[in-house]
Amino acid sequence: MSVKPLFQNEPFVFSQENQEKIEKLLARYPKDRKVSAILPVLDLAQRQCGGWLPREAMEAVAELLGVTPLYVWEIATFYTMFHLRPTGQHHVQVCRTASCYLRGAGKLTKVCEKKLKIACGQTREDGKFSLEEVECLGACVNAPVVQINDDYYEDLSPEALEDVLEALETDESVKPGSQTRQKLSTAPAGYGAKPEKKGGRRA
Amino acid sequence: MLSKNRIFTNLYGESTPSLKGSKRRGDWKGTKALMAKGTDWIINEVKASGLRGRGGAGFSAGMKWSFMPKGGKLPNYLVVNADESEPGTCKDRDILRHEPHKLLEGILLAGFAMEAHTAYIYIRGEYFREAEAVQKAIDEAYEDGLLGPDAAGSGWQMDIHLHRGAGAYICGEETALLESLEGRRGMPRLKPPFPANAGLYGCPTTINNVETIAVVPEILRRGADWFASLGVKGSTGTKIFCISGHVNHPCNIELEMGIPLKELIETYAGGVRGGWDNLLAVIPGGSSVSLLPKEICETVTMDFDSLAAVQSGLGTAAVMVMDQSTDPIGMIANLAHFYHHESCGQCTPCREGTGWMMRILDRMVAGEAEAEEIDKLLDIANQVEGHTICALGDAAAWPIQGLIRHFRPLLEQRLKKAA
Repeated sequence: MSVKPLFQNEPFVFSQENQEKIEKLLARYPKDRKVSAILPVLDLAQRQCGGWLPREAMEAVAELLGVTPLYVWEIATFYTMFHLRPTGQHHVQVCRTASCYLRGAGKLTKVCEKKLKIACGQTREDGKFSLEEVECLGACVNAPVVQINDDYYEDLSPEALEDVLEALETDESVKPGSQTRQKLSTAPAGYGAKPEKKGGRRA
Repeated sequence: MLSKNRIFTNLYGESTPSLKGSKRRGDWKGTKALMAKGTDWIINEVKASGLRGRGGAGFSAGMKWSFMPKGGKLPNYLVVNADESEPGTCKDRDILRHEPHKLLEGILLAGFAMEAHTAYIYIRGEYFREAEAVQKAIDEAYEDGLLGPDAAGSGWQMDIHLHRGAGAYICGEETALLESLEGRRGMPRLKPPFPANAGLYGCPTTINNVETIAVVPEILRRGADWFASLGVKGSTGTKIFCISGHVNHPCNIELEMGIPLKELIETYAGGVRGGWDNLLAVIPGGSSVSLLPKEICETVTMDFDSLAAVQSGLGTAAVMVMDQSTDPIGMIANLAHFYHHESCGQCTPCREGTGWMMRILDRMVAGEAEAEEIDKLLDIANQVEGHTICALGDAAAWPIQGLIRHFRPLLEQRLKKAA
């Protein structure tokens, strides 16, 4: 909470593409309520800056939405997806809560720390990886889960996670989603068939 | 349950979520005709179906809609809560990515019934791919004239906007969600005024869970009687259960309400790892409800009233199964970390209490606490419960109260051993 914003020491201007996106975003809210768009606009700013929010970007967002820079910092420190320090090219987030805890999330954190040679909350010196433990990612039937940038990697074993990290390390392509189940489907075998033979519980 | 009674026929994404595929599965069929029956008919039908909110609190959906003022000067808003972050819960995720058109059609029908021309879907920021899927569906619906100035040819203007959050569990609380949607920090508001009187931008607003809205089209098409005939009294219809943790086949599955917990786990989730006798406890409705030891799991059924009767709750119907290898104190300590992290900091009992409870529990896990701290912990939990603006304080207290209620001997044993 007490993280002070950092300067990146270069001016921040929204790219042409992002300006167009922002225009579309602002159209979603009443004309006198453009601060409603602050979360999506900050997200665009963070993406443009390579995964973190330097002070210049937050000041630009403040000016755009007609609020003070302090207001933007308050928002940026409240929501966990905004980073006030540079993150890696691959931002690895290990879910630590409940279902993932039951299915071995602790082991996954250790795999990451060992493989990436950084602790939680750190960014590797070459800027390729950063690591973080996060609260419930909401993919609990596919626990344990790790989110890397925008993608979920699900049903992970320590070995499967090692493979994913190795692939990212060597810039190979890797498929998000379940790493150990054959089908995307989460339906158990015979779903629906067995109870129907009995005529259903109550039809 | 008969498969013909299933609402979410593409829950697992075996078929395409596209508009074409959704129409083939029966979505958007006769929407205009349903709307022609009028707003009162829709609200009464939803009331008669017995549909209770699927986001955790279980309030009657039709009743909630009927609180919305009609013909007022201010615009009415419908806000869909897709900020799914209750630990154990991932049912809305599958609706959002595999059945988005059920949600959109539900929004049109519900929005029309409560005279709202604008709806926002507030989706948690981490669900980036799910947000892409929903946006794609919205674009398809506009292109097909199902949304826009003359939605589905009904003459009603309906606009749906997607709004991505940015990582805060508390924004799943309806008034915190509104704060966040207005561009502020997600800190819950005092009620009253309730959102139906003063919600988004001070205008009348209804906030519903994704699943609640997504089942509405099928209820209206097949009739309230059909929905009410499923499930049990007080908990009608079908529900998506999320079964995670120590089961052989963790899954989301749509079944009738009132199914025995044991049948749900043993028949539909591949059974407890190592067999039923290896079961230690179950958290039946997301992290905010009390855990149940095995004896209760033998007989309890999955509906609002039965679970409330055993001092737990149906919540979001997210069943987390723990086998004998689990340290229940460690599990509840894990949740205590979660609530401490997610407390918005607005109310002192919750901001401070969640930290105190977390630190005591951490020491209990390690066996470093004193035996009398069990009562201290319970005392703190009782003082947090009911003394905060929103229910996060309660949700932080309940799992701890449940742990002490059901596992006190284990706690005493561990602390004595260490002493």
